[in-house]
Amino acid sequence: MNPTQTADRFIIPIGPQHPALKEPGHFEFTVEGETVTGASVRLGYAHRGIEKGTESRNWTQNLYLLERVCGICSHIHATAYTLGVEQLAEVEAPPRAQAIREIFAELERIHSHLLWLGVAAHDAGFDTLFMYTWRDRETVMDILEEVSGNRVHYSANILGGVKFDITDKAANTILKGLDFLEERTHHYRSVVNEDTFFLQRTRGVGLMTKEEALRLGVVGPTARASGVERDIRVDAPYIAYHDFPVNLVTLPTGDLEARFLVRLDELLDSYRVIRDILNDMPEGELTVKRMPRKMKPGEVISRVEAPRGELFYFIRSTGGESPDRIKVRTPTLCNMGSVIKQAVGHNLADVPMILVGIDPCFSCNDRAVSIRESRRNGQEKVWNWADLRRYGIEFYRRKMGLESSILE
Amino acid sequence: MMVEGSTRNLRDLLERVRNWALANSPWLVHYNSGSCNGCDIEILATLTPRYDLERLGIKLQGSPRHADVLVCTGPVTRQSRDRLRRIYEQMPEPKFVVAVGTCSISGGVFRGCYNILGGIDEAIPVDAYIPGCPPRPEAIINGVALLLKQLQPDRVDEIDNLMVEMGIDPHAIPQEEDLTDEYADPIGIR
Repeated sequence: MNPTQTADRFIIPIGPQHPALKEPGHFEFTVEGETVTGASVRLGYAHRGIEKGTESRNWTQNLYLLERVCGICSHIHATAYTLGVEQLAEVEAPPRAQAIREIFAELERIHSHLLWLGVAAHDAGFDTLFMYTWRDRETVMDILEEVSGNRVHYSANILGGVKFDITDKAANTILKGLDFLEERTHHYRSVVNEDTFFLQRTRGVGLMTKEEALRLGVVGPTARASGVERDIRVDAPYIAYHDFPVNLVTLPTGDLEARFLVRLDELLDSYRVIRDILNDMPEGELTVKRMPRKMKPGEVISRVEAPRGELFYFIRSTGGESPDRIKVRTPTLCNMGSVIKQAVGHNLADVPMILVGIDPCFSCNDRAVSIRESRRNGQEKVWNWADLRRYGIEFYRRKMGLESSILE
Repeated sequence: MMVEGSTRNLRDLLERVRNWALANSPWLVHYNSGSCNGCDIEILATLTPRYDLERLGIKLQGSPRHADVLVCTGPVTRQSRDRLRRIYEQMPEPKFVVAVGTCSISGGVFRGCYNILGGIDEAIPVDAYIPGCPPRPEAIINGVALLLKQLQPDRVDEIDNLMVEMGIDPHAIPQEEDLTDEYADPIGIR
């Protein structure tokens, strides 16, 4: 190795304690000056051993364990699991239950995307947008609470159906809430699309072409923002997506701006779908008559579209009261490779935005992020996410020629 | 004798000054030691406009070296235990730990999984527990207010008024005598 190069090179480690994502993870970025030349990731801070845990719990108990793989997309994990188990038991939930599952899935997408928009704006240094989106997000949290009684883990799914009916009164609350949210989402779309300062942080940053996206196996809105037409809700409709289809939202540009717009357009589409379902809600039972306690031996896979992308479950039964093996593959892990690819060649200041652009969910993934600055001469310092975020915001302030004091 | 007495007075005074400075505006640092995110987003929700915990003089910030209160979520995993201890050791005295959520109390639904050690108190001492899966933002505010009232008895009325403004009944909070369980200690050793 060239000694001068070694002297110039720094490794910047980040995490695992940081306040922005609220989750632990550890990254190491090699930098030459400002430019990132290499990146690696260390995961596993939140690895709890859930997959093994499922093997010592029965089929019903697992529903509640798997729901807690992730607090943001809890319903979709339970849905993937229930669909798999129902396939094993050879039963199918009644149409009304399927429609209610879809309503919950879309409400969850709304709360997840709004949450992401706020966190992403916070990392760009745009705290006003963060506070506004989180204020509006309370609307959908109220809806979820009214329908299910809990704000985060709603436990709407049970094996063979759903637990809660959507009454006319609840439907009215949902419709009223959606009207408000739709108006706000149009506003956010114009902010993300037109605000010059925000566009400097997003337009042309973290570019990923369609070919790269396909090669890296990227999923969800991150892939759709690179023009990959991949959405399980459209490709292989599950629950009630046959009867109430969603529109595939893609954009060809593949930068951070496109990832913002794809998610905001998906929000608008979710509002439409929920209205469609409520207007034409199938009547009938909420659960199947009988659900076996022991599942027939066999192997099934079940695929669903979580807010972050494709979620994949593999379930194997040997005919007992608990599963023999459950394998979960979450969308964040699929997308993590793209961060490492995209970060190379960019300024260190862009790293927070690139990372947040895939909407990482570490609790899904394993469940932790940190930067450690280590000089080759032995000095070492760990950056936390706050340092990196502050560094990113300061960098762009200087670049735009703004005095820090103006914005403070 | 005189010297010892005055040293004690000085120490008491310093202690009072430190508690006074801390209780008016405690700074929080948050660490997720293996949580599912549910509690983390609820903590964030309490800081945003609907609930706005900052009205009680609380600020969430990044560095453990500036923090008075460590807010922990989730069960302790084998990999994050050392990190959690390090964060706790980096915090200056006096420090407090609040465990948010059922998992941080006992390990919750993950209890028995091979990588789980149990609740936060398996790794570091805990001062306040807030149960719930996840706790509602109101419950988190209650827990923090309880801690604040204990730290600074003079401000009890002020904090109660603020909570009424937030739409939370401050007297619905269980008092300390309600929480004492006489059967919890059958042998009677204190």
